[in-house]
Amino acid sequence: MKICYYPGCTLKTKAKALDRYARLSAAALGVEMEEMENWQCCGAVYPMARDEIATKLSAVRALDYARHNGGKLLTLCSACHNVIKRTNDDMKNDADIRTRTNNYLKLDEVYAGETEVVHYLEMLKNIVGFAEIKKKVVKPVNKKIGAYYGCLLLRPSGVMAFDDPENPTIIEDFIRAIGGTPVNYPFRNECCGAYVSFKNQDLTERRSNMILHSAAEKGAESLVTACPLCLYNLQKNSDHSLPVVYFTELLAEALGVKDD
Amino acid sequence: MTKQQQLENIKRLSGTEPAKCMKCGKCSGRCPAYKDMDIKPHQFVNYLEKGKLDKLLASKAIWNCLSCMACVERCPRGVAPAGVIEAVRETVKRAIGGNGMKAEDIPPVVDEFIPQQLLVSAYRKYNK
Repeated sequence: MKICYYPGCTLKTKAKALDRYARLSAAALGVEMEEMENWQCCGAVYPMARDEIATKLSAVRALDYARHNGGKLLTLCSACHNVIKRTNDDMKNDADIRTRTNNYLKLDEVYAGETEVVHYLEMLKNIVGFAEIKKKVVKPVNKKIGAYYGCLLLRPSGVMAFDDPENPTIIEDFIRAIGGTPVNYPFRNECCGAYVSFKNQDLTERRSNMILHSAAEKGAESLVTACPLCLYNLQKNSDHSLPVVYFTELLAEALGVKDD
Repeated sequence: MTKQQQLENIKRLSGTEPAKCMKCGKCSGRCPAYKDMDIKPHQFVNYLEKGKLDKLLASKAIWNCLSCMACVERCPRGVAPAGVIEAVRETVKRAIGGNGMKAEDIPPVVDEFIPQQLLVSAYRKYNK
C-alpha cells in the first residue's frame, strides 16, 4: 500500500537517520511512503493562541494535499505530528479558525479536517500490525530498551488520542515486537526541556538528566524516541552517556534492512 | 487598549475559562518547570480571573514554560493554564520591542548537531 508522507524540516537535515530507516523499514513491511510534493515546515510548535491563522497554513496545506492523495497523512517527527494533528482538530471543530483559514487559502473545496493524520508508530500498530512485524524480524534486538515518549505524541490526549497519556504502551509493544525487552521507568512521558534549552539550558539539563538517570537505574541499555529535539536534549544537554536512538533505526536493524 | 480590553484579549487568545478553576493546584504540582516559574501555572489562571494584568505581563515564567501540556492534561476542570501562559506570552511579544530573543542570541548555542526543530520552535515561541 501507498501512504502520503510528510517528512518535515529536521528529517531532511539533522535527523536523516529517523527518515531513512523509516523508509527502508516501511518498504520491508510492504508500505510505500510517498513523500508529498512541496511540503513546507510545520512551524515546529502548535500555535495555541486562538487568533493564530498564518502559522497554521503550512499544516493545512499538507492536510489538504493528503485529502486528495489517499486521505491519510503519515507523520514521523513528534513535533510535526503534534502540530498537524492539532491543526486538523481546529479545522474540524473550530468554526472561526476553519472559516478564516479557508478564506485565506481559497482551496477548490473547503477543508474541514477530512484527512486522517497517522503517526508512523500508529501505522505500525494499526495498519501493519505488531504481530506481522514480529514475523518479519530477522535480527531480534535482544536488549533492554526504555521507551521515551516525551510530550508531543501524547498531549493533549483529548486531541492527540495517541495512547493513554499517563500510562502509554505503544512503544513498549513495539519494542517487544522487534525482540527487545521494554524497561518501565517513571519519567518516560516527561518533557525533556524542549526549546527552552535555547533560553534556559540549566532547566533542560535538569530535565534530561532526571529522565536518563531514571531509565538507567531501571536497567535500560538505551532509549528510543521519535523526536529529534528530545534526542538532541537528552544527548547534548545532559551528563549521562546512556545512548538515545531513533526507534526506526532499531526497527530497520531488526528487519535486517539497516544499510550501514 | 484599556486594561480591561487587554485582559479580555488575553482570555480570548487563551481559549480557556479561568472561572472554572477550582484551585486544586494539580497543574502546578505537575509542572516540570515549576522551580523556574516566578508565577506558577495555577497563578496564571488566578491572576487572569482577578485581573492582575501588570503581574502577568511582568512574568519571567512565560519564557520558561515548556508547552508540554502536562498542566492541561491533569486539570480536572478542563482549564488550560498553558493556554493562558501562551496568551500572555503572545501579548508581551506582539508589542514593539517585546521579542524574547535576538538574532545574535543564536550563534552561541548552535553546534553541528542542533536540530532545525529547536531553532524554529524557539523562534515561534519567543518572537512574533
